[in-house]
Amino acid sequence: MSVRVSRRNFLKLGAAGLGASSMAMMGFAPDQALASVRHFKLSGATMTRNVCTYCSVGCGMLLYARGDGGANVIDNIYHVEGDPDHPVSRGSLCPRGAGVLDFIHSPSRVKYPEVREPNTNEWKRISWDEAFDRIARHMKDDRDRNFQTHDDQGRLVNRWMTTSMVAASACTNETAYLTQKITRALGILTLDNQARV
Amino acid sequence: MTNHWVDIRNANVILSMGGNSAEAHPVGFRWVIHAKERSKAILISVDPRYNRTTAVSDIHAWLRTGTDIVWLGGLISYLIENELYNRDYVLAYTDAPLIVREGFDFEDGLFSGYNPDNRTYDRSTWNFELDENGFARTDPTLQHPRCVFQLLRQHYSRYTVEQVENITGMPRKKVLQIWDVIAQTAAPDKTMTILYALGWTQHTVGSQMIRAGAMVQLLLGNMGMPGGGVNALRGHSNIQGLTDIGLLSNLLPGYMNLPSANLQTYQDYMRTRIKQPLLEGEVSYWKFYERFFVSMMKEWYGDVATAENDWCYDWLPKLSAPLYDILYAINQMVRGEMTGAFCQGFNILAAFPNKAKVTEGLSKLKWLVVMDPLKVETGEFWQNHGEFHPVDPSQIATEVFRLPTTCFAEDDGSITNSSRWLQWHHKAAPPPGESRTDTEILAQVMLRIKRLYEEEGGAFPEPILNLAWNYTNPAYPSSEELAKEYNGRALVDLTDPQGNVIRRAGEQLDDFSQLREDGTTACGCWIYSGAFTEKGNMMDRRDNSDPYDVGMTLGWAWAWPMNRRLLYNRASARPDGTPWSQDKAFIWWNGSRWVGADVPDFAVTSPPSEGVGPFILTQTGRGQLFASEWLNEGPFPEHYEPMESPIDRNPLSPDNPLAFHNPIARVFDEDKDDFGSNKEFPYAATTYRLTEHFHFWTTHARLNAIAQPEKFIEISEQLAGELGIAVGERVRVRSKRGYMDAVAVVTKRMVPLEIDGRTVHQIGIPLHWGFKGVARKAHLTNTLTPFVGDGNTQTPEFKSFLVNLEKL
Repeated sequence: MSVRVSRRNFLKLGAAGLGASSMAMMGFAPDQALASVRHFKLSGATMTRNVCTYCSVGCGMLLYARGDGGANVIDNIYHVEGDPDHPVSRGSLCPRGAGVLDFIHSPSRVKYPEVREPNTNEWKRISWDEAFDRIARHMKDDRDRNFQTHDDQGRLVNRWMTTSMVAASACTNETAYLTQKITRALGILTLDNQARV
Repeated sequence: MTNHWVDIRNANVILSMGGNSAEAHPVGFRWVIHAKERSKAILISVDPRYNRTTAVSDIHAWLRTGTDIVWLGGLISYLIENELYNRDYVLAYTDAPLIVREGFDFEDGLFSGYNPDNRTYDRSTWNFELDENGFARTDPTLQHPRCVFQLLRQHYSRYTVEQVENITGMPRKKVLQIWDVIAQTAAPDKTMTILYALGWTQHTVGSQMIRAGAMVQLLLGNMGMPGGGVNALRGHSNIQGLTDIGLLSNLLPGYMNLPSANLQTYQDYMRTRIKQPLLEGEVSYWKFYERFFVSMMKEWYGDVATAENDWCYDWLPKLSAPLYDILYAINQMVRGEMTGAFCQGFNILAAFPNKAKVTEGLSKLKWLVVMDPLKVETGEFWQNHGEFHPVDPSQIATEVFRLPTTCFAEDDGSITNSSRWLQWHHKAAPPPGESRTDTEILAQVMLRIKRLYEEEGGAFPEPILNLAWNYTNPAYPSSEELAKEYNGRALVDLTDPQGNVIRRAGEQLDDFSQLREDGTTACGCWIYSGAFTEKGNMMDRRDNSDPYDVGMTLGWAWAWPMNRRLLYNRASARPDGTPWSQDKAFIWWNGSRWVGADVPDFAVTSPPSEGVGPFILTQTGRGQLFASEWLNEGPFPEHYEPMESPIDRNPLSPDNPLAFHNPIARVFDEDKDDFGSNKEFPYAATTYRLTEHFHFWTTHARLNAIAQPEKFIEISEQLAGELGIAVGERVRVRSKRGYMDAVAVVTKRMVPLEIDGRTVHQIGIPLHWGFKGVARKAHLTNTLTPFVGDGNTQTPEFKSFLVNLEKL
């Protein structure tokens, strides 16, 4: 027969005269009280420092994920906190930042490369290799066909004007830098970003 | 931002204009509240709407959307005529004493050199008069009729308080009350900060609005001061970074320019870019342009880039127009001139003006690639979404690829906030499904294109085949590798003038002062040099100590340039090197060097006695009240009406139709008939965002969709009364370009204004909600907006246009 003792009663028992540790030694291990569940919510989580990618304040964010990063372990972000050390945000998050879990886990996340073929009314799942190959083929064909070495005044311009690119406001500086390097090497000039909308 | 978020706490007056930071940047706004609590700072809110910033302001006033230059121009005149500016600062630190050359003129709303046929200016008269040594002539008494100060005074003498009231709709008593508070910050121990956002940029005269704000700050002596500055509160988390890295049609990293086609040789290019001082002894930092450029080309093309081939200058694409911006791109699509497009995390169907035109453009593409974490509207522009997007897929032949990308939580790297801080973040979890990072996707496509050129040959393959690609895993350049690349490194042992080695070959550079123009350094983005040095990743630093208690945490992350947190901070001291006031002490001369709370924005051993100006990037070393040739509409901001105006004339130039709207605004032939008149569309509309939402992303996030579930507009009680609309009723908003339906919020926050003899009603339209996501479906707001942009940047005029309104 097991004796169920809540943490609160356990402490009462201890205060009544019997040492709590000796109670435990006697086999009266306490159940967890409801009041301390929040404390355990994050135990065992991996905390990662991040920066909110909504507006430009750049609030510090702490992301808590299950899993240890090992193979066959599914990591899953399940909690977010403001970073109390951050000199601007000092632990605060706004209604957007505080709700970011619903963005990360949105049912609208795209999960696989897809293509919509001309004049059809559906998405078709494709492999990454197929996507990369088809896109590269399209780009090379267009570049070869429409590359301008000279403009209509005969000036050397070396540019590709029939493919455009817009870059992402939430991507990293490192991605942005690679985008700049690649587009100019290809000769793309029709390039813009959200700075102007 | 010239200053930064925490520095707002050092302000005595905060002018929120052209922005609503309590709503759009709520956590940054804490520093406004902090300033109010800490030093009884006065918050002024000037906006077309009574908004969430207004709600906690000390003084507020409504103004008509698009008329900020009138209000600021009036303020400039008020400061000058009442001698309420900081004269010591203006004399020493601005171009007020410089003399402008003969021939410069302003008449009937236009500056000298206007050509109405091609709607551009010949800007050659917009310059200073030079002496025999090539330096600008000056008049330290400020009396010369052609000195900048007198020209400025003359220009804004037309901006009387009566005219301000007439055009903006703000009662003159209120105008003068606010100006009086602002003028008090001309005192050396008081500063005002200006916080603005898209409410200043998204106009056909947006750049000039911002300039007008900057001119006010120069007159008051608030530039370079703690609690001062002109602070652009950027709308997105990393458009500061993307702009720094030059992801715009005409830019290279670090605000270098891609050459135009008339600069056929490297020498021509350098001649236009290297800026020599216009006053003797000034720094004029762009004189080092060649170092930045050559180092970038060495990073991109390695050993192939040599002095003999002008560092591969011919390989760079050249422009035949000032910009190939988003409006140009869509117009080219509509004309059938474009084949393909890449949308990297940019929902253009929702974010660009005139959705019908964007749909038409995308429908004429052969292929479209959408890289995004979310199933956004752009990727489904071909799909029928009922009344919100009625298209016929069978008629649209565009091949569309939708590629899943990681979001910030699933990637690592740096983003640059509005304060110019590069903050590194770390991956917290793997992405869903088969999502990949943007970097990997770009690299994979580029490697395949390269292989195709190797196998097949083709058009001008040299820059593709020779692009430096020294990544451990070529298909996945790591964030660290790319960050090291934009920081830059030594290609040989670098020595100082005494012959001491300062960096060994292959080592990371400390900062851009080590760059060379002879090809011995490589650096992808000169202003980011210092971000990833031999000491490691400076962007990942987390020391939040603030030793001077002025909100300077120099050990937190890394700020460009040189980890400086406050631009032009030399101006925080008087010309003799002592602080303007002990309360505002920030950077000062200690007898042998510049020291203080920040990294000095100045040569640290340049003594005050040498008299070098604090604005080391300008050719004059001074803040520029006169913009010379830098902006397209003129050297002084002038008010022009929005392209769609609720009044019939520009009251400042009532008799010149050429000066009604911005005389250089670009309107494509395709859009000429797509502007509405105030007869048909009588109400002035403006768009904005809400604190619960971020553009069109959070309509995919359940919490945000619960907080603000449905599309609404804000209208005044008076307008609602006229049209018989009750709170909560559904209405249809119509512009020349289309319509959208929404719930009417009838509120005291909007008021009718008396403008130039008529009553003008304004309507507020949040930009959120679309036909995808978990919030209630709606028409995209940009169904309504006009296809025209700012005269310098082509930023669309989302903030001022005309609509009509009907009850459903």
